[in-house]
This record gives sequence, C-alpha cells and structure tokens, in this order.
Amino acid sequence: MHDLVAITALSGAEPRVDAVGGVTCTEYPGVAIASVAARLGQEAAARKALSNLIGAPAPDVGQLAGETVKAFWASPDQWMIEAPFGTHEDIADQVKAAVGGTASVTEQTDGWTRFDLKGEHIPAVLELMCMLDLRKIDSGSASRCAIHHIGCFVLCRSPELFSIYGPRSSAGSLHHAIITAMRSAL
Amino acid sequence: MIINHPLLGPRDASEFTYLGDASLIDRPDWQDENAADAFYEYGYLRDNPAGKHQELWFHEAGDRSWLVVTRDTTTHEIFKVELARDVARARGRSK
Repeated sequence: MHDLVAITALSGAEPRVDAVGGVTCTEYPGVAIASVAARLGQEAAARKALSNLIGAPAPDVGQLAGETVKAFWASPDQWMIEAPFGTHEDIADQVKAAVGGTASVTEQTDGWTRFDLKGEHIPAVLELMCMLDLRKIDSGSASRCAIHHIGCFVLCRSPELFSIYGPRSSAGSLHHAIITAMRSAL
Repeated sequence: MIINHPLLGPRDASEFTYLGDASLIDRPDWQDENAADAFYEYGYLRDNPAGKHQELWFHEAGDRSWLVVTRDTTTHEIFKVELARDVARARGRSK
C-alpha cells in the first residue's frame, strides 16, 4: 500500500489561516462539490429533484439554499452542490442518484479550492477584489465573478461569513489576492 | 460600457467577451441542397452596419451565458440584451 499524505490546495498539512484586522481567511478543504445541469425539457423535474435533495426550493438566480447539502445557482438551469467531504466524498454519485435522468452531474471536488472569510468589514475586502454590487449581497447570495482574473464564486452565508470558491490550480494566486486585499482594506 | 444582463443585472463589459454578429445563430442546414453556398455566406459574409447591430457576447466572468446584445456601433448605446437561447428558440431552433 502506498502511504500518501493528504495536503491542502496551498500544499500545507493543515489548512492555512490568516488573520488581518479582525477578518480571518481560512482555507477550507473539507467540502465535496458537484455540478448539476438540467437536461433539455427536464428543467422543472430537475429543479424538483434538486429541491428534494437539499431540503429547500432549488435556488433561483444568484442564490444559495439548503441544509447539509447546499446548492447555489451557477447559470440558467445549472447549479453547484456543496456538502461536507467527510460524509459526502462520493457527492457526484449521491447527486446523480437524486436527480436521475433529469440532469447531468459532474464531480467538481478536486477542481475547486475554498477560502472562508470570517469577521466584520468583509465587504471592504471584497470591494477591492471583485466588481460585485456588494450593497445588494446579503445572506444566501451566490455570485460568480472575476478576482484578479480568476473566475470565482462568492457566497454570502451571513454578513460575517463569506466563502470564495476558485480553481484549485490557482489557489496560490487567489490566496495572494485575498490576503493583499485584507492588508490593504483592514 | 455596462451590459444589463437579463438575469444578473448591470455588469461591466470587461466581464464579457465579444464573439461577433448574432447571425451566427442562423446556422444553415448541412443537408440542404445549397449547403455549400449557405455555409460560405454563413462563414464569411457579414453586414458591417454603422449603427444598430445584433451581436453575441459571452459572460465569461459571470454565469457564462451567451447573450444577444443590440448595440449601436457608433455610440455604444445598448438597446436590448437577451439570452441567446431565447433568441434562438424564438427563431425556431430547438436548442
């Protein structure tokens, strides 16, 4: 048997934590992700199946919804699904079982890296990084945008907790962008 | 330039990439008798109006949808923004 050691997207044995002026940026590897795209003509059925899976109505444009398994809007009739990695490592299979033939499911876990921003004045950090209309963003908002030319999802879980998803292969650049903005703004 | 995305609201043009004339939606039938001529025209011939123009834009740094933007090429005024799939379906395309 190989004896392999799991490392995070930033190559650490433990998730990186950076704190600047009351805001904490935490690397968050413990999440499993899959994408769901409703098939042509099956949009309503896919939305219903998704709703059963997450225990809430399928999120509309720019929204995040769900309990343990959450979904956020990515594009018309497309969603990203996130769930704790420990219990949902096979998330694509679980989602596929839920949506059946109504939608196509793609495993996304290793494609993305997640940073959680916690604290006050997070909008002051975000407004240096992306062009989102932060005054319109509140709990349950999910938007895709570019941060330092990197395509990211910005999720607002509460005014004091935001998650940023970016491509795992750009984790270092995204982390640099976030930390630089935190040092400038806070 | 601000593009008023039909789903996401006003977004800066730097989030989008430009493809070209929205007539690209009207892809000819490859089984048609005149397919060769039709594809020649489809591939190479474009109107180049100074004024109102329908064009395809891709929301690359957003929800990655294709849009049909009706824009005045001389003033950059934008009259209408629609999802390309809605435009294509309105023109009789199935997808």
